[in-house]
Amino acid sequence: MTCLTAALGTAGSAFPLQMEFSSRARQRHLKLAGDRREPYPHSLQFYQEPPTESISLAEFESFAVDRLRLLKVVENLGVSYVKSGDAYKTKLEAELRKLKFPYRALAEDDYDARRKDHISHFILRLAYCQSEELRRWFLQQEMDLFRYRFHELTDSLRQKFLDHVNLSFEAISEDLKNELSNELYMSTPGLSMSKVKEQMFYKVGLSDAVDLFRARRVFIKDGFAFVPLKDIDAIVLNNYRKSLSKALALTARSLPSIQSDERLQPLLNHLSHSYVGPDYSVQKNTGKISLEHIDALSVKSFPLCMRQLHKALRENHHLRHGGRMQYGLFLKGIGLTLEQALEFWKKEFIKGKVDADKFDKGYAYSIRHNYGKEGKRTDYTPYSCMKIIMSNPPSQGDYHGCPFRHSDPELLKQKLQSYKVPPSGVTQILELVKGMHYQLACQKYFELTHDVDDIGFSLNHPNQYFAESQRILSGGREVKKEPNHLGNSQQKNNSQESVNSNSAPTSSNTTTDAELEGLEAYFTED
Amino acid sequence: MAPFEPAALPELLPVFYRRLFPHGAYGRWLGYGGVEKNYFQLREFSFTLRDDVYVRFQSFGSPQELEKELQRTNPYKIDIGAVYSHRPNQHNTVHLGAFQPVEKELVFDIDMTDYDDVRTCCSSADICSKCWTLMTIAVRVIDRALVEDLGMKHRLWVYSGRRGVHCWVCDDAVRKWSPALRAAAVEYLSLVKGGAETVKKVNLSEPVHPFIRRSVSVVEKYFEAYALQGQDILGSPERWDKVLALVPEEHRELLQSEFPKKRDSVQRWELLKGRMERTRRLASSGKGTACYADWEVMLQYCFPRLDINVSKGIGHLLKSPFSVHPKTGRISVPLDVQRLDDFDPFAVPTISSLCQELDAAGDDTEQEDGEETEPKRRMRDYRRTQLAPYVKAFEQFVEEMERGRRVERLRRSDLQGEF
Repeated sequence: MTCLTAALGTAGSAFPLQMEFSSRARQRHLKLAGDRREPYPHSLQFYQEPPTESISLAEFESFAVDRLRLLKVVENLGVSYVKSGDAYKTKLEAELRKLKFPYRALAEDDYDARRKDHISHFILRLAYCQSEELRRWFLQQEMDLFRYRFHELTDSLRQKFLDHVNLSFEAISEDLKNELSNELYMSTPGLSMSKVKEQMFYKVGLSDAVDLFRARRVFIKDGFAFVPLKDIDAIVLNNYRKSLSKALALTARSLPSIQSDERLQPLLNHLSHSYVGPDYSVQKNTGKISLEHIDALSVKSFPLCMRQLHKALRENHHLRHGGRMQYGLFLKGIGLTLEQALEFWKKEFIKGKVDADKFDKGYAYSIRHNYGKEGKRTDYTPYSCMKIIMSNPPSQGDYHGCPFRHSDPELLKQKLQSYKVPPSGVTQILELVKGMHYQLACQKYFELTHDVDDIGFSLNHPNQYFAESQRILSGGREVKKEPNHLGNSQQKNNSQESVNSNSAPTSSNTTTDAELEGLEAYFTED
Repeated sequence: MAPFEPAALPELLPVFYRRLFPHGAYGRWLGYGGVEKNYFQLREFSFTLRDDVYVRFQSFGSPQELEKELQRTNPYKIDIGAVYSHRPNQHNTVHLGAFQPVEKELVFDIDMTDYDDVRTCCSSADICSKCWTLMTIAVRVIDRALVEDLGMKHRLWVYSGRRGVHCWVCDDAVRKWSPALRAAAVEYLSLVKGGAETVKKVNLSEPVHPFIRRSVSVVEKYFEAYALQGQDILGSPERWDKVLALVPEEHRELLQSEFPKKRDSVQRWELLKGRMERTRRLASSGKGTACYADWEVMLQYCFPRLDINVSKGIGHLLKSPFSVHPKTGRISVPLDVQRLDDFDPFAVPTISSLCQELDAAGDDTEQEDGEETEPKRRMRDYRRTQLAPYVKAFEQFVEEMERGRRVERLRRSDLQGEF
C-alpha cells in the first residue's frame, strides 16, 4: 500500500491521519473542534447521510484501502472462527484499533475514527455497487461488522442508539403477554418462563423480523412476530441490511457517471478488483481439458463437492438443476468449451432416460445459457465456496452443495475412507466440520490427497482448488509468499498496472490540497 | 369413458377453451378489482404450444383479449408469471435492467417425487390413493400455518394434474413480498432437511416451537392409517431398520429386540411412542432429557416438503389453475380445503372425459334459440360436466376476495369520513 501513496506523490504517509491535513483542512478541523462530537453522536451509525465535506485524494485512497483491509479481515475471521466467540471478537477489535476505526463504543475522543468510518463506508459503496457479486460481498461484510459493533454496545447505549435511529415497534400489553406466555416461552430460545414474564415484547411485522421468523426463533401469529427486547438487534440488523441494499442499488444507478469520473475510476477499479479475488470467468486455458481426462481429473484434482457431483452424474446419468449449475459452471471454469460441455452432458444424459431430442430442446438451452449465449447473455461465473456453502442447500435427490457442510458426518466419513484418506486425516477433517470450518476441512482434504504438509493458500473457490492441484501435479508450484491484502500474485500485477495509470492523472495534483467534491451526488436520488 | 390420449389434444383443446375454461372468473381473479392500474396488462403469461414450442412474456390488454388468444392458439399448457414493471410483451423495448418483476402471488409447489425416500408404494411420477394422503397432510399442515401463523386469507389450493398440489396466496400485502421474505416463509415451513446423503432429516430439540407442535398434531391424525397401515413402515425388519436409524442409539437396541415380538406396525409404533413419551415425562420432572424421536419419525415420513426455488423468486412461472396436464389430461382444479379427505386425484375430470360429457349432453337437449350469447352458453356447458363443482369453488374464491375488497373500501372511507 505504501507504494501507492508514494506514487501519488503526496507528502506524508497514510498514518497517522492527523499529519495529512493541509493548511486549509487544518483550519476546518480547528473550526469543528468545538463541536466535534455533534455529527457523530454514536460510535455506530446507519450511514444514511453521505459525507458532504471535501477530502483530499490521499485521504480518499487511504480511508478506502483501510476499510477494505478491515472488511477482508472480517471475511476471513468469519470463516475461521465462530462469530460470537472470543477469538473472533479479540482479533476484530485488534484490527479495528490498528486501522483506527471505532473499536470501543464508549470512547469519547472517537471523532476521527468515526469520521473515517463514515467516509470510508461511502467510498467503498462507490467501488462495490458496480456488480451483483460485489454488492453481495460488500453487504455481507458490512453486516457482519455492524453486528459485531452493535453487540459491543452496552444496554443503555443500545437503547440510546435505537431511539436515535427512530425504529418504532409496538410493545404488547401485559394481558396479551400473559395470554400468550406459554407460546412465547416455547418459541423464544434462551428465555426462561420468568424472563418472559418480566421482559418487554414487541409486535413487529414479519418483514422486519425475517431472520428470527425464518429460523423459528420467535412466536408468530396472524402475520406478526412477537419479539423480546433481547432479540431486537436482529431486527435492527435487518433494517440495516435493507437500507444498505437499497442504497447500493441506488448508487449503482449512478454507475455511468461514476465510471466516467476520471478522478474516481482508476482508484475504484483498483479497489474492487484486488480484494474479491479472481472469479474464474475469463479463461486463459480454455480447451486444454479433454473429455477423456475428466474421470481421472475428478479423482486427482477436483474438490470433494465436484468429485461427488461427477460421480453422481456418471452413476445416475442425470443431475438435477442445482447440481447441473454448480458442476457445469465449475467445468466451464476449468476450461471446458461450450462445444465440449454440450458433448459431455449429452453423452451422459442419453445413457439415462433422456433422448437426444429432449436434450437438445431442454438441457442444451440452459448449458448455452450458462455460457452467455442465450437470454440475458450473462456469462455466469463459477460458484465460490461461500456461495456453495451458504445458498441453495441440497434436498432429497440432490448431489450439489458442500459435502463438508451438507453431508451427514457418518456418510462423509465413509466416503473419505473409501477415497483412501488415512484415518487420522479423516478424524482431523471431521473435527473441522464439527467446528463448522468447512473450507478448512476441504483444505485438509487437499493436503491429504496431494500429500503436502501445508496447502499454502486460503481456499475459497473450487476452481482455485483445481488450479492449485494441477499446479502441484505438474510440478510447477512455486514457493508461495505470505498472501498480502492484494490477493494472489495474479491480482498484484493488476494493481501494479493501475498504480502506474494512477500516477498519470494525479501527479498533476502535487499538493495535498487536491480535493474531491460533489461525491454526495452519487448517493442521493434525484 | 375412453381414456385420455395425448394425441387427441389438438382436437380437444379448442372445445376446452371455448366451452369449459372459466374465462370470466379467471379474469376477475387476475384483475384484482382494478384497484392497481394496469395490473392485468402487466402480468406475464407463458404458453406451451404444440410440438413443445414455448413462448414467454405474453401479456394482454384485457381478460377478453386473453380469452381470444387462448381460443386462437389453444395452448397445451398455461403458466402464470409475475406482474412486471412494463408490459411483458414489450419487454424488448425497455432498456436492460429496467424491466423487472414487481409483484406476484406467493406460491407453493408440493410434489410427490420429493417424498420418494419415504414412500413404499410408488416412486417418481406415480401416485396412488395410499400415498396421496401425503398431499392431504401437506395441505392441512401448510394451510393451518398460512392462516393462523402468517395471517393469510386468500389461498387457492390447486391439484397440479399429476402428482402434487400448488397453493396461490393472493392477499394484497403478500403479493408485494420480497424474495427474501418468501424464502423466509418457506424456511419457517420447512422441517425436513437434507439430500440423499442425509439419513436423519428432522432434528428437534427443546423448546419445541408451537409451529412444530401444531404440525405434529395434524400429522398425528393421519399417521396410523397412512404410515402404519397403508405404508406399513414397521412391517418388516428391513422397513423398521430404516425407522430405527432415526432413533437415538440408546433406545435402538431395546426396540430392535422387542419389535419382532409384536404383531404389526401399529403395535410396534405404540412401543416406540410410549418409550419416547416416557422420556418426556421424566424430563419434565427433572430426570434426564426429553427425546422426540417419535415426532421426528412422523415428520420425516409425513411432513410437507417444499421446493424453495418455486416460492422464492417473484418472476417464477407456475402452472395456471384450470390448465390441462399434457400427460394425464387432467385439469388443474381447485381443492376444497373443507373436504380435503374426500378428494380423489383419480376422479378429477380429464379434458377428454369433459368433452365426452359435452357431446352426450348435446345429444340429450336440443339446441334452443340460437340467440344465446357465448358466455351464457358456456355457463350452461360446464355445468353439464364434472367441471361444475370446481368452477363453482373457484368462483367462490374470487367472490371472497371481492368481498374483502369491498369491506376494505368501506373501512377506508369510514376512516376518512371521521374527523
